[in-house]
Amino acid sequence: MNLIRTARRGAKSPLILGLALTFALAVAGCSSNDNGQNSLKPAGRNARLIDDLFIPVLIVASVIGVLVVAATVVFAIKFRHREGKDDNPKQIHGSTPLEIGWTIVPALILAVVAVPTIATIFKIAEEPKGEVLEATVAGKQWWWEAEYKKQDKVSGTNIDQSIVTATEIHMIAGVPLKIDLKSDNVIHSFWIPELGGKQDVIPGRKQGITLYADEPGTFLGVCTEYCGLSHANMKMRVIVQTKEDFNAWMAGQQQGPAQPWTGEIEELTGATFACTNCHLFNDSSKTAYAPNLTHLASRSTFAGGVFELNRKNLVDWILNAPGMVPMQAKDCRLPPPATCVGMPSYTKDTPKGDYPVMTRAQAETIADYLLAEK
Amino acid sequence: MTTTLTVPKVKRSIFRRPRATTGFRSWFTTVDHKKIGIMYATTAMVFLVIGGIEALLIRLQLAAPNGTVLTASQYNTMFTMHGTTMVFLMGMPLAVAFGNYLIPLQIGARDVAFPRLNAFGYWVVLFGGIFIYSSFVLGGAPNGGWFGYTPLTSSPISLGALPGRGPDFWTVGLIMLGIGSTTSAVNFIVTILNMRAPGMTLMRMPVFCWMMLVVAFLTVFAMPIVTVALTMVWWDRNLMSNFFNAAAGGDPLLYQHLFWLFGHPEVYILILPGMGIVSEILPVMSRKPLFGYSVVVFSGIAIGFLGWGVWAHHMFVTGLGPVAVSAFGLSTMLIAIPTGVKIFNWLGTVWGGSIRLNTPMLFSLGFIAMFTIGGLSGVLHSVVPADTQQTDTYFVVAHFHYVLFGGLVFAIFGGIFYWFPLLYGRFMNEKLGKVTFWLTLIGFNLTFFPMHILGLEGQARRTYRYSEGMGFDALNLAATVGSFVIAVAVLLLLVNILVSRRHGAVAPHDPWDARSLEWSVSSYPPPEYNFEEIPQVEARDEYWHRKYTEDESGRLVRLPSGGADAPSAGAVATLEPDGGGEGGAVVPSGGGHGAGGHGIHMPSPSYFPILMCAGLPVIGYGVVFQNWYLGALGVLILIVGMYAWALEPSSE
Repeated sequence: MNLIRTARRGAKSPLILGLALTFALAVAGCSSNDNGQNSLKPAGRNARLIDDLFIPVLIVASVIGVLVVAATVVFAIKFRHREGKDDNPKQIHGSTPLEIGWTIVPALILAVVAVPTIATIFKIAEEPKGEVLEATVAGKQWWWEAEYKKQDKVSGTNIDQSIVTATEIHMIAGVPLKIDLKSDNVIHSFWIPELGGKQDVIPGRKQGITLYADEPGTFLGVCTEYCGLSHANMKMRVIVQTKEDFNAWMAGQQQGPAQPWTGEIEELTGATFACTNCHLFNDSSKTAYAPNLTHLASRSTFAGGVFELNRKNLVDWILNAPGMVPMQAKDCRLPPPATCVGMPSYTKDTPKGDYPVMTRAQAETIADYLLAEK
Repeated sequence: MTTTLTVPKVKRSIFRRPRATTGFRSWFTTVDHKKIGIMYATTAMVFLVIGGIEALLIRLQLAAPNGTVLTASQYNTMFTMHGTTMVFLMGMPLAVAFGNYLIPLQIGARDVAFPRLNAFGYWVVLFGGIFIYSSFVLGGAPNGGWFGYTPLTSSPISLGALPGRGPDFWTVGLIMLGIGSTTSAVNFIVTILNMRAPGMTLMRMPVFCWMMLVVAFLTVFAMPIVTVALTMVWWDRNLMSNFFNAAAGGDPLLYQHLFWLFGHPEVYILILPGMGIVSEILPVMSRKPLFGYSVVVFSGIAIGFLGWGVWAHHMFVTGLGPVAVSAFGLSTMLIAIPTGVKIFNWLGTVWGGSIRLNTPMLFSLGFIAMFTIGGLSGVLHSVVPADTQQTDTYFVVAHFHYVLFGGLVFAIFGGIFYWFPLLYGRFMNEKLGKVTFWLTLIGFNLTFFPMHILGLEGQARRTYRYSEGMGFDALNLAATVGSFVIAVAVLLLLVNILVSRRHGAVAPHDPWDARSLEWSVSSYPPPEYNFEEIPQVEARDEYWHRKYTEDESGRLVRLPSGGADAPSAGAVATLEPDGGGEGGAVVPSGGGHGAGGHGIHMPSPSYFPILMCAGLPVIGYGVVFQNWYLGALGVLILIVGMYAWALEPSSE
């Protein structure tokens, strides 16, 4: 029992107070990181449920951790052998009451933790109630595709025609977004930390996640399951809007291209460089192997959310995408079985034969067309 | 056995039987558990350095945003090989090294049950390690992660998900290493169950042996599961078997169940030896018996059992449904209880002791503290909703490094300092040792503590770069600085080992006033046959009780003889291992040899373990490159080795 008393006395020592204080400051410090991707800054129902569970458990765990570490240090110092000190300690072989005690007490603590844990698991698994926006999000190598099918469950919205976009997922503040997640390639994981936990996206399985967001804002996320070469470059963002802003965005997405899809641009992206093998330029209602580019200019980022969308970045990307994000694609103009995971370079490694190298002017033509399509 | 002895020697072997027990060449043919232990340790330390260099490259890449030290492809290879190396080529072999050297000595046996199988197991690990690393020059190093999730790893090469032969080397190499682990585990089980000295009941056995017994059972049951999973990956990748191909009706998630059904027991395969090591060091350095010996033993067994029921906590975000994740959340919480019990018993051991704060003890105390932190962050993961935020972030990287580095590696470093005098008759340099400890402790915490925060703030694992402006810069830099502090500590440890072997302070007999039988041998290093006479065991902590008894108040009283540790002159005269008599490789666990005083029969060195093992990488290359001639050659080598081994008497 002396052991317990020593531990109690130890708990009052400045060392432990210092450790606990440092820890509290550390948690406070990291919850203030405003990077848009901080799991300690919940911005919606599910994220908050998790945070409200995690923080108390973290505090309990930290107190136990600090006590054990402190006990180790205190015991080591207190009972260290010194010259002239009695070197004949009492031979204690064990203590049944203590064994029972330190089995039962942790079990009780864990039982207390288990109750809200399981309650929260089921709360998060609940189907969203009331008006729900629906979308399908597909994990690709290495970007996210979002599709909003025609729907009318949310009053005052205008989703009377399916639209497909990439990298940036739009939703309405206060209206849950129920997402079907799918993958036809490898496993990805969908994670917007400030709006909730992760959900893996596994080929062949039915899975989904519901996002809740209180206020308009932009929330960042990353793919969190290793999915090959450019896993690190697979980001996404959720843009939470008011209903009016969402409707305006949706209306814009439902338009066809503003510029005529004929002549030079059709020639360049089709026959010359085979962009249309994978991309769609003039139809925002369909999914494709690669990002649907019909309204590229309405997005703020591109290329898996890694780069800001501006003319210089886009031109560089069109010319030599693998120079900016590692990818493993052979030239798109080669016949099968040329693999196509990501974009090829149109300036490097161009195959011999009837395959011209892309000029900067050609890339600028394509970029200018795309940047005009809001 | 006697029938084999009637065959003329010259026809019995292809080669002349190796006889040398010293010298460079003897290392290739030895079946001495102590030499094999040293070989395991040396190999594991080399892989520790290699895996460490990979870690340093990872940390250099991540020192600043958008690092350019490595390409994405190189980075993916580095984290794959760092994990694979540290788990299969450093952690497991190093634990087996301790087991090999210490188990027979601690239970009072002359060798392990199957000495040649023991040698075979070592050569498999060495050749398997070289095989996996040869991929760097033979067609692309593994890059699918140490966990190798399908369908990324199992997509046929032609689809280009992971170009190169990396996953093929990885699957075949790990299957090979699994063969090595299984043989050593079988060997440990039989040795511990059958070869204990008379009187050494299971509940008198040192805790280290107990933990290695649990580990051996875990290994025997876990390895077949991962072998199946890896075989399926290889089939999918090369033979289009579609086990994990969803488009053809397969299920990628099946692989994760198989992998973690192996992978979680694997965590305990790695940590339980560490727990065993500190359970040996803490009592000796505190001059007290282990607090609650039977509870420590049974909680270790409980961990071994419960370890099979928690695998899906690696899969909380795969969509198993709320009922399943609740169940696995609870089982994960449950396993924290025996783990906590162990920690409290170690603290109970230290409490009231007369503590020698030397390097082995510092590392053991460091183990308690660091492992506790890792265990508690593990409890946080059992809180399933919290885990859905933390999994696959740096929080998890922090967690398992606290468990495996703060746990296993701290214990092993302490164990090296503790048992070094037994191996070489000399101490390691104590001043340098203390510097090593503090550098390890500081470097370790500087590297891994910030990762908790980085994970909570949203930094994902297995990403070769992060953007500016995410607030990840300072903590990543701290982690990188810390990793180099660890590197300095490991370098000092290696220098200390190499220099102290020849130039360390000479250790007296029983330098720590120890409790277990390995210290009772007649000389350090122990003679080949370990014990002149098989010890008769009367008590738990047998060696201690030959030196001390307790008075009524529980105080120590030194026995008048000063301990029975001095070898009797009479025993030495009978020691020479002779060539005659019955050819038992296995020295019986009974006292037959000791009591009778006739010659000690040790297993003879053999060429065939290494020869048989040499067939395995050849088969491996045949499989990876689908060159069936090469495969057939490997099988031929294996069979020749197997027959020669079978026909050779284990001892002559």
